[in-house]
Amino acid sequence: MSADTMIREEVVPVNRQVGLYAYDQVDRTFLRERIDQFRDQVARRVSGELTEDEFKPLRLMNGLYLQLHAYMLRVAVPYGTLASRQVRALARIAREFDRGYGHFTTRQNIQFNWIRLEDTPAALEVLAEADMHAIQTSGNCIRNVTSDEFAGAAADELLDPRVHAEILRQWSTLHPEFTFLPRKFKIAISGSPQDRVAARFHDIGLIARPGPDGRPLFEVFVGGGLGRTPIVGTKLRDDLPEEDLVAYLEAILRVYNEFGRRDNIYKARIKILVQALGAEDFRQRVDTEFSAMDRARYRLEPALVQAIRDRFGVPAFEPEGDAPALLAQARKKDRAFDAWVRTNTHPHRAPGYLSVVVSLKPAGGIPGDATAEQLDLLADLAERFSFGELRVTHLQNVVLGHVRQDRLYEVWQALSVAGLATANIGFITDIVACPGLDYCALANARAIPISQKLSSRFADLELQREIGALRINISGCINACGHHHAAHIGILGVDKRGEEAFQLTLGGSGEEDASIGQILGPAMSEDDTVDAVARLVDFYLVRRNGTERFLDTYRRIGTAAFKDVVYAPA
Amino acid sequence: MLLLENGHPVTDRWSYATEGEALGTGPVIVPLSRLSEGLGRSAGELGVMLPVDESVSVLRGALPRLSLIVITFPVFRDGRAFSQARALREHLHFTREIRASGHVLPDQYEFLVRCGVTTVEVPDNTDLPVWDRALHQFRVAMQPSVVNEKPTGFGLRRFLPA
Repeated sequence: MSADTMIREEVVPVNRQVGLYAYDQVDRTFLRERIDQFRDQVARRVSGELTEDEFKPLRLMNGLYLQLHAYMLRVAVPYGTLASRQVRALARIAREFDRGYGHFTTRQNIQFNWIRLEDTPAALEVLAEADMHAIQTSGNCIRNVTSDEFAGAAADELLDPRVHAEILRQWSTLHPEFTFLPRKFKIAISGSPQDRVAARFHDIGLIARPGPDGRPLFEVFVGGGLGRTPIVGTKLRDDLPEEDLVAYLEAILRVYNEFGRRDNIYKARIKILVQALGAEDFRQRVDTEFSAMDRARYRLEPALVQAIRDRFGVPAFEPEGDAPALLAQARKKDRAFDAWVRTNTHPHRAPGYLSVVVSLKPAGGIPGDATAEQLDLLADLAERFSFGELRVTHLQNVVLGHVRQDRLYEVWQALSVAGLATANIGFITDIVACPGLDYCALANARAIPISQKLSSRFADLELQREIGALRINISGCINACGHHHAAHIGILGVDKRGEEAFQLTLGGSGEEDASIGQILGPAMSEDDTVDAVARLVDFYLVRRNGTERFLDTYRRIGTAAFKDVVYAPA
Repeated sequence: MLLLENGHPVTDRWSYATEGEALGTGPVIVPLSRLSEGLGRSAGELGVMLPVDESVSVLRGALPRLSLIVITFPVFRDGRAFSQARALREHLHFTREIRASGHVLPDQYEFLVRCGVTTVEVPDNTDLPVWDRALHQFRVAMQPSVVNEKPTGFGLRRFLPA
């Protein structure tokens, strides 16, 4: 019997899910076969047939890291979108295979920190039942494709990028040529001129917009990144047509696979290659490959894109009605609710709707952590109020994409009961932090305790509102998983003669005004760093002009004055 | 050393040229440095070893005379040879045997074949059923390849041959 008669292909899947691609039997067969393969690999490792050196890239391909105390399983959340049933599957994994919680990462994934090697095939089965996987969440391959947490909802969006993110997810999944690259490879895609995906800090960043004929065009950035060598990406193309999207990315990856350095893992990312060759030489090589390759093989015909788009469910919005008026009434009645609406919602393209950002940063809490109970609640709320769809942000919060304005009060009340209604989005306690030395084998310092101290120090919401927009990101080592370079105030954990210490960087931004934070001075102890941040904030409050953000004041006044605040003797 | 084709051991009719010795008349695989010597023979099939850091274009002129190209994995993590195999098929339209040598894992077998590799050299003591299973346990891939597998009729997905 030939393969294609054994696997039934659904032309139009029955259960389309808002915001997500609907799997069919072919997709499920693919996952099932890969889990069987991994189970076999685990068995070969346990029997000793595979060395740890040989097993490592195979387990990494399935999202399994060996950390300080246990294995960690990183689950992919493609373009950051989850269906309620998938959120419940994550809660189940937290409960059955971990210690009752999961941790949302800065790349829209979720990781479980206490997984046993023998349990991983079973955990992958739980994921597969919910059409999820952990493929390529680690290793030297194309990682999970990230996107805008307000995709398909934001008022400022020109094009919902998730259809193309799904195409790229499929194309890059176990790509035969690009699974043993010099180093990891991260792609982000946005359809809004407001860059909420840090496109300029990715190996490839894509900004989509409709062209004159309505067909999508892509701006292509390459060679951006953080880590040890933070670099803002180079623009390779301004107007790549949709039909060439996959072909052009193939060409970039081919050049990288052939010429990227493999002798030093710290010099192996594509950003180093682009810098070494120079942008023009790199572009030339990509263009040479692009014009020589068999483009027809990779062409995205409009019908192909449409077929993928047809598998995405579309929300059926109700008319606006008196939703805005009812919301206004509720805000008038309840000041705490009003404050939360002001900070934790985002303008929606449909009249009568808003997107809600659920803060995973309670006062004194661990950024990005969610318990199984909270996950179940979020799944319920998504089902009741947001077409069964939940999004993960690269700032370690979650989003209910499409909430009707007259139901916002109910949502807020339910979140409040679960400790999920902190009104601090974009404020100083909306901290991004990597897992740090509490979990990670690479870290020099713990990122979580200092984050909790800062969060407690600035817990007063009145004070936070007074300070306004201020991004703090914390990385436990120079690999920069906490994206400290892209923060207004970045905190980097270092090892100072065997002691944990912290360096401050100021002036970074991951948005369309992308810039890399500059190191302020010598590293300090954890408590001194918290005090230093407090002095920086006080200084800013005194020196700011009008509604200027911390970042703007820093850019206007310059480093020296801020440095004095931290280091000059009192 | 065993030679695998389509998951099974096959007879290897090729021999590698010995350093300092003449090439003889049978099917012989030469290093790139002896390619012109190989091309100078009046008879006998010719194969060549392509170093992993060479562009496939160095073989362009010799291609019509080559029956076999050997690509090498210095270590299984070094994926450059995947691109070389694919480029030989896609850019140079090479249709004869491409052989993978060096350090490769069974778990890479499917990728090798989908990049255009025909045969794989494996150690004598290797577990053969693992290789066979590694190649044949999958029915679906998520993207096209130079092997031109049958489209599933949806997206970029392909059915892998049984």
